[in-house]
Amino acid sequence: MKKTHLYKCHKDLKGKMIDFFGWEMPLEFSGIITEHMAVRCEAGLFDVSHMGEILVAGRQALDFVQYLTPNDVARLTPNKAHYTALTTPQGTFVDDLLVYCLEPEKYLLVVNASNTDKDYEWIVQHKEGFDVTVENQSDQYTQMALQGPKALEVMKNLTKFPFEELGSFQFGRGEVAGEECLISRTGYTGEDGVEIYTLSPSPEKIWEAVLEKGKGHGVMPIGLGARDTLRLEAKLMLYGNDIDETTTVLEAGLSWLIKFKKGDFLGRDALLRQKEDGIKKKLIGFEIEGRGIARPHYPVFIGNNEVAKVNSGTFAPYLKKSIGLTYLPIDHTEIGMEFEVGVRDKRIKAKVVPTPFYKRESQK
Amino acid sequence: MFPKDYYYSKDHEWIKIDGDIGTIGITDFAQNQLGDVVYVEMPDKGTQLEFHQSIGVIESVKAVSDVYSPVSGEVIEFNEKLNESPELINQKPHDEGWIIRIKIKDESDLQKLMSVDEYEKFLEGIEE
Repeated sequence: MKKTHLYKCHKDLKGKMIDFFGWEMPLEFSGIITEHMAVRCEAGLFDVSHMGEILVAGRQALDFVQYLTPNDVARLTPNKAHYTALTTPQGTFVDDLLVYCLEPEKYLLVVNASNTDKDYEWIVQHKEGFDVTVENQSDQYTQMALQGPKALEVMKNLTKFPFEELGSFQFGRGEVAGEECLISRTGYTGEDGVEIYTLSPSPEKIWEAVLEKGKGHGVMPIGLGARDTLRLEAKLMLYGNDIDETTTVLEAGLSWLIKFKKGDFLGRDALLRQKEDGIKKKLIGFEIEGRGIARPHYPVFIGNNEVAKVNSGTFAPYLKKSIGLTYLPIDHTEIGMEFEVGVRDKRIKAKVVPTPFYKRESQK
Repeated sequence: MFPKDYYYSKDHEWIKIDGDIGTIGITDFAQNQLGDVVYVEMPDKGTQLEFHQSIGVIESVKAVSDVYSPVSGEVIEFNEKLNESPELINQKPHDEGWIIRIKIKDESDLQKLMSVDEYEKFLEGIEE
């Protein structure tokens, strides 16, 4: 199994390790609920080095990334990033990702661990005719995330870089604990915080320094278990659960990232057609009424008809209820509409609710 | 760490015997595998259980797990505290986190279970 550069840190902290798409990663350290609450109330540190980093550079880097993704890359100036998708000609997802504009002709694409090799091949396959180079730098990068209401305060003790001047989805370069880093005001938890990328050969210095300086602020290490419950409360997509090559960007409710006016891109025609015709199904958030947990792949019923499967579903530790995401027929997607989920031999009641399920105070 | 006078199953349930009454729970090893427990779904009083029949399920944040009856008998009590505090299963799996009490039908079922020493050896085999 592949290991991140922080593997030894996780073993020292007695993290419970699992196989995550070929990566040996910590599932939990002190328990999913404890870790989840720490990120909502204080701050938590994640190792997300399994994420992929693909560098696209060259004279036509902008044109090429514009062609691969539906968001408008021309709006990105150096030190800005945005969320977008790698789309198929059908307007479905090869992956979802962040695009970082490092320099005018240099973009760093941060993709899902499970898709890194597939994405790299996809990008290389489509580069014909574009004057660009594509490099998979995933093994060189260590990526950490420090997330939670105390995250910025903790960071202040670790770097001179004035990252609190950064807006959301902006980034800059600076030293953290003496190591050269890219510090980005992004995350996957619904909280404020940063993601830290480094090519340092000793990234464990950063990991250890954050935990040390963060001690008094309640910072603890967080595993993939809480990463999943945190992102779902904030309705952030998980590739393979909520979006994949069978679901379109419009069906996933991410129309805001499609910029039709920017010009041609892969999937534009299909998405434009679908926008005009109207979508037939849409990803909605639901809440279970009463007890029980709707887990991925459980059947979803409207009356006696099985109409879908649960995509993501979990017990939400902060909200203390059972929530999930599923694609419902478009005439059944209004807030408050009821349906049922098959849980083992029973059916339990669910209803469509507004999303994100959780918003931090400053976003309300 | 595991109580000496309990019997243990290969599915990581324990049973404590008091006359013809058995108290059943899951072991510390099982709760650790499951992670944070959030719901426990158990049968009503009076339900007749066969040896190794599924009693009910424990839902943790990340998984759902069946609990099997280590003996045959009739359910006489459910640990109501688990409705409010399912985390008792994580915190005190061998006592306050007990799950159901059962009136044992056939004591010879106990022969099919492990002693504490046998269970500890069994775990060593799993953890290797």
